[in-house]
Amino acid sequence: MTYLVPLVLIGGLISAGVYLLLDRNLTRMLLGLLLAGNGVNLLILMVGGPSGNPPIRGRTSDGETTTADPLAQGMILTAIVISMGIAAFVLALTYRSYRLSRAEEVANDAEDARVSKLSATALDEDRPEPDVRRDTDEPDELDALPGHEGSR
Amino acid sequence: MNGQVLAPLPVLIPTIAAALTLFAGRRPRLQRTIAFLALAAVVAVCAALLYYADRDGTIAVQVGGWGQSVSGMGPLGITLVVDRLSAMMLLVSAIVLLAVVFYAIGQGIRDGDEHQPVSIFLPTYLVLSAGVCTAFLAGDLFNLFVGFEVLLAASFVLLTIGASTERVRAGIAYVMVSMVSSLIFLIGIALIYAATGTLNMAELSVRLDGVPAGTRTALFAVLIVAFGIKAAVFPLSAWLPDSYPTAPAPVTAVFAGLLTKVGVYAIIRAHSLLFPGGAMDRIMLVAALLTMLVGIFGAIAQSDIKRLLSFTLVSHIGYMVFGISLSSALGMAGAIYYVAHHIVVQTTLFLVVGLIERQAGASTLQRLGGLAAASPLLALVFFVPALNLGGIPPFSGFIGKVALLEAGSQDGSVLAWMLVGGSVVTSLLTLYVMARVWTKAFWRPRADAPEGNLSAASPSALLNDTEDVAYADRDDVGRMPVGMLIPTGALIAVGLTLTVLAGPIFAYTERAADEVLDRGHYISAVLGEVR
Repeated sequence: MTYLVPLVLIGGLISAGVYLLLDRNLTRMLLGLLLAGNGVNLLILMVGGPSGNPPIRGRTSDGETTTADPLAQGMILTAIVISMGIAAFVLALTYRSYRLSRAEEVANDAEDARVSKLSATALDEDRPEPDVRRDTDEPDELDALPGHEGSR
Repeated sequence: MNGQVLAPLPVLIPTIAAALTLFAGRRPRLQRTIAFLALAAVVAVCAALLYYADRDGTIAVQVGGWGQSVSGMGPLGITLVVDRLSAMMLLVSAIVLLAVVFYAIGQGIRDGDEHQPVSIFLPTYLVLSAGVCTAFLAGDLFNLFVGFEVLLAASFVLLTIGASTERVRAGIAYVMVSMVSSLIFLIGIALIYAATGTLNMAELSVRLDGVPAGTRTALFAVLIVAFGIKAAVFPLSAWLPDSYPTAPAPVTAVFAGLLTKVGVYAIIRAHSLLFPGGAMDRIMLVAALLTMLVGIFGAIAQSDIKRLLSFTLVSHIGYMVFGISLSSALGMAGAIYYVAHHIVVQTTLFLVVGLIERQAGASTLQRLGGLAAASPLLALVFFVPALNLGGIPPFSGFIGKVALLEAGSQDGSVLAWMLVGGSVVTSLLTLYVMARVWTKAFWRPRADAPEGNLSAASPSALLNDTEDVAYADRDDVGRMPVGMLIPTGALIAVGLTLTVLAGPIFAYTERAADEVLDRGHYISAVLGEVR
């Protein structure tokens, strides 16, 4: 039972985080990242074992007999600091994106869209859409000398 | 003076230099001097480390002396380990980092970046260098994670430098994907800690042997997913061609050369040190095959040279995963040699794209043409690494591929033979892609290019804020600064050295592979001779 409650909590945090991460809205993505990150931090805390005395020589906590694992807490601290820095950076990017495009959503990659629009037969970047006069990319062009392309 | 003293320096020197360059932010010349000297010193240190690691065996340093303080617990503090593999990765990375910083400085001097707000470039670049070195030196999983985070945080800044619309868009996707991979890595760390109670890699490799096989495979799978995203292995590779091409040329070059290889290095460590036995080999072989083929087919469809090279980068990661997942000494040696070759050649090609942008004011094949006539030197500088990437003998790409093919045929299973076939096809298609760039950008007249009349108005240094103008009206594009040519030439020379000295270097990678697969050296170097 003592393990079940945090496990369910971790599962809930990470699933909510993943759900938010799949959004296109930047603020939601950031929130998702933070939620999932906190879920993972909780997971590390849990795998560090049961609670106990503070890991400082001579300090005891009421009724505890064992000492808590300091390593897990150290790792969480590092992870929290890192995610705080990244969150600040993402916020700055979000603001910049908003200033640039008045939108908070991740845009499509223009070049990617262009390439995927090329049909399978005309898979050639410099085929001008209506004008086939220039570069037909016939096989003989590969071994033609500059200025003597046979296909034109 | 021995290896123990030198081992922390590849992290310390760039970190201190990063702080100094920040202080010198208003004095560009001083800033450049510090950055260049620091990275030159790192090259020297890494060369010495390689010598010591090869002569005396694995070097382990317990940072702060937190060594065997508690009996039976393993080292408590941070452990830095230099064996032959990490020494080689460190040296190659240091050379590439030095060449690229030279290139960036050369470009900056020529294009006057004193007038642009990019004094942040060199400090961030040095932090990136420190992160890369930390990852290669890390002797425990959490320190590896920290190394990854340091280099990722620096790469976020470098990728979005100038914060134009395109870079912000690419940067957001890159940040999100990287952070998700870090989270998965962190989950893996938590689960491994739960299963074994330690994160020191040497201690782990001893304790994980006692963990049930199913649990071991599950832990391995979590780590492979995390590292697979960083290394851009196929189903997890879509982020790379999307984000890399938007960055400035030197940044893309160093990302392409180093960041994915840090992921590959982590896969090597996880596969051989932590989870030997090849529980995931079949899945990894299939992933390697798909990485090669999907990557290179993607490259065929591209018209922007930077995007095209990003796809070939993804494709060639498949070769390394192929060599690793054969779980044989020759496969591992081939993979290590291939990593070194690929770091150098891929960085060189991206630097050459920077030169092409400089010379012709564009990097897309729709606008390029006639470069061979315009600049025979540029043609030569492109031609050699392009053939090298395509695997034409006698270049190093050929040697690496032959070793991998030999290892695959030695393995003899159906899947391995399919991989051998896939490698050959990928190699030929790489050559086709390179030939396509060559015929379009270098051989045909510029007038034949569909948009050959357009060009960038001025050379873009770090910020890409130039607009399009008619080719004839451009302002001072066209000459290649010596400061950009020298490092490119130097990296080509390093690539050729991998060919000329292929015998000794391949013998070294074989020794490195034996050491990696044996595990005993690593464990006894870190934990002492007790076990």
